[in-house]
Amino acid sequence: MFPTPIEKQPRGAQIAYQSLLPFALILWLLPLIAVAIFSIRPDADFANANYWGWPSSFEGVTNYGKVFLESDMPRYLWNSVLITVPTVIGAVALSCMTGFALGIYKFRANLWIFFLFVAGNFVPFQILMVPVRDLTLDLGLYNTKTGLVLFHIAFQTGFCTLFMRNFIRALPFELIEAARVEGVSEWRIFWFVVLPLMKPAIAALAVLIFTFIWNDYFWAVVLTQGAESQPVTAGITSFNAQYRAAYHLMSAGSIVAALPPVAMFFLMQRHFIAGLTLGAVK
Amino acid sequence: MAPLPPSTAPRPAPRSWWRRNQIAITPWLFLAPGILFFAIYVLIPVGQSFNISLYDWDGLGAAEYVGLRNYEEMYWDDAFYTSLRNNVIWLVLYLLAIPAGLAIALFLNQTVTGIRIYKSLFFFPFVISQVVVGLVFSWFYDPSFGLLNVMLGWVGLGPVNVLGDEDWVTYGIIAAGLWPQTAYCMILYLTGLNAVDPEQIEAGRLDNAKGLRMLWHIILPQLRPATFIAFVVTIIGALRSFDLISIMTQGGPFGESRVLSFYMFEVALSEYGFRMGYGAAIAVVLFLIMLCFITYFLWSMYREEKGR
Repeated sequence: MFPTPIEKQPRGAQIAYQSLLPFALILWLLPLIAVAIFSIRPDADFANANYWGWPSSFEGVTNYGKVFLESDMPRYLWNSVLITVPTVIGAVALSCMTGFALGIYKFRANLWIFFLFVAGNFVPFQILMVPVRDLTLDLGLYNTKTGLVLFHIAFQTGFCTLFMRNFIRALPFELIEAARVEGVSEWRIFWFVVLPLMKPAIAALAVLIFTFIWNDYFWAVVLTQGAESQPVTAGITSFNAQYRAAYHLMSAGSIVAALPPVAMFFLMQRHFIAGLTLGAVK
Repeated sequence: MAPLPPSTAPRPAPRSWWRRNQIAITPWLFLAPGILFFAIYVLIPVGQSFNISLYDWDGLGAAEYVGLRNYEEMYWDDAFYTSLRNNVIWLVLYLLAIPAGLAIALFLNQTVTGIRIYKSLFFFPFVISQVVVGLVFSWFYDPSFGLLNVMLGWVGLGPVNVLGDEDWVTYGIIAAGLWPQTAYCMILYLTGLNAVDPEQIEAGRLDNAKGLRMLWHIILPQLRPATFIAFVVTIIGALRSFDLISIMTQGGPFGESRVLSFYMFEVALSEYGFRMGYGAAIAVVLFLIMLCFITYFLWSMYREEKGR
């Protein structure tokens, strides 16, 4: 293990390390801790410029209550769910198929199609912006969740294909050969042999795509407007415009908007990290 | 498929045709929906953008063909050069996330009690949306109550309005962007460090390699896959920077914090007027910059594929 395990160091170094850890963590998360503290302060503290002193009272429940009951926030959150979940399902389904095709079969165009997906996944959003917005308008899907979902599925398929194809490549190919010798049709090989083995990859991708889409801001701004279809990342700006200078409410709103992917991460940590490292750094 | 000898006995036609060609056709059936979606929403729009960049178009009325005039305008456009310069600054400084991530990973690569929770909490900025990161940092920098200025006050330094100062604003936003990006690189290296071969470390220790020398000669070569991915995601992240700028400054003050991705959006979709053609031309330039990196990434992947 590198660096040398702290257990092999003198006692003093161990104590120093152990006490340095929480200190470093607080420093690292300081901007976030500040916002968390803001979110439980009362309105009066901001009026009296008591930003960093002891809160004059703890209004966490009131502030978060206001965010959930008196603003459009729940609506934005629900929109985010309705955009994110179908995208995850769609992108994972499409990429299971493309990944299977590119990972198992040998044909001349294989690597080129794969590279096309990878390259497409890296292009700047702006080169797609005008035509995609136009296409969405033409389809009558501008300012709808469906319009956003369709685009997200298509775009995420690039990344998901990269991931799935590499995962399937690493599966033992003998399994597929054995099935073929048995005369199992290709479709059934996909469904009964490969798909069950892909469960960890599906879990990792699902968590990852959930986070990506939940946090998307650019496309939300380009393809939607207004509370009936905007996800929470775009909604938070209207929320902040509504509560201008009400920092306790804006802080609470930001935390609420950030929470779902955070919860997802802590619940599915192992899958999440497997996904981030693209399965390449084992 | 080799042509079948004519002497083959006739079989029930459709079934045998499917049997013979099943392996050649199946991948295309599986690819069809994915390719269709991807072509409609990604591949074709790239070409369309190239085309639109040759027109003067407000997004609604008739488009007027203007040839390369949009590019000519760009050549004289100061805002374009400001954005381009900021893009270069972003690219260079964003790469700091890689050594910073490695440093934190080395710091946390221990087995004391509770270290897993520490690792997750250090990683946690990456999971938060950039919109919230942007908000959090604009409050952090706020000249009247921001924590940064409170801390600067302790050491006797005057209040700085980071986001209102045209010389500091880009650096301030990049610092905010480095926060989640460093966390990402950290997790890549933590996973990589897990897989470092312990025998090589022991061998290195016997040869008296320590500290930085050990890191440079024995550890880093083994972390190459992690470094590659960190490099890819950091470059892409730097060129995609949009959310933070949009949330923190809207490109200001005086357009000094614009980057190409944001400037393009401003030209094409904001109240300055819907200049789709000019916007597309800016996007084309950004795309060509990205294409250099994409080509390099693909080339690396290609060598790896062939090496297998």
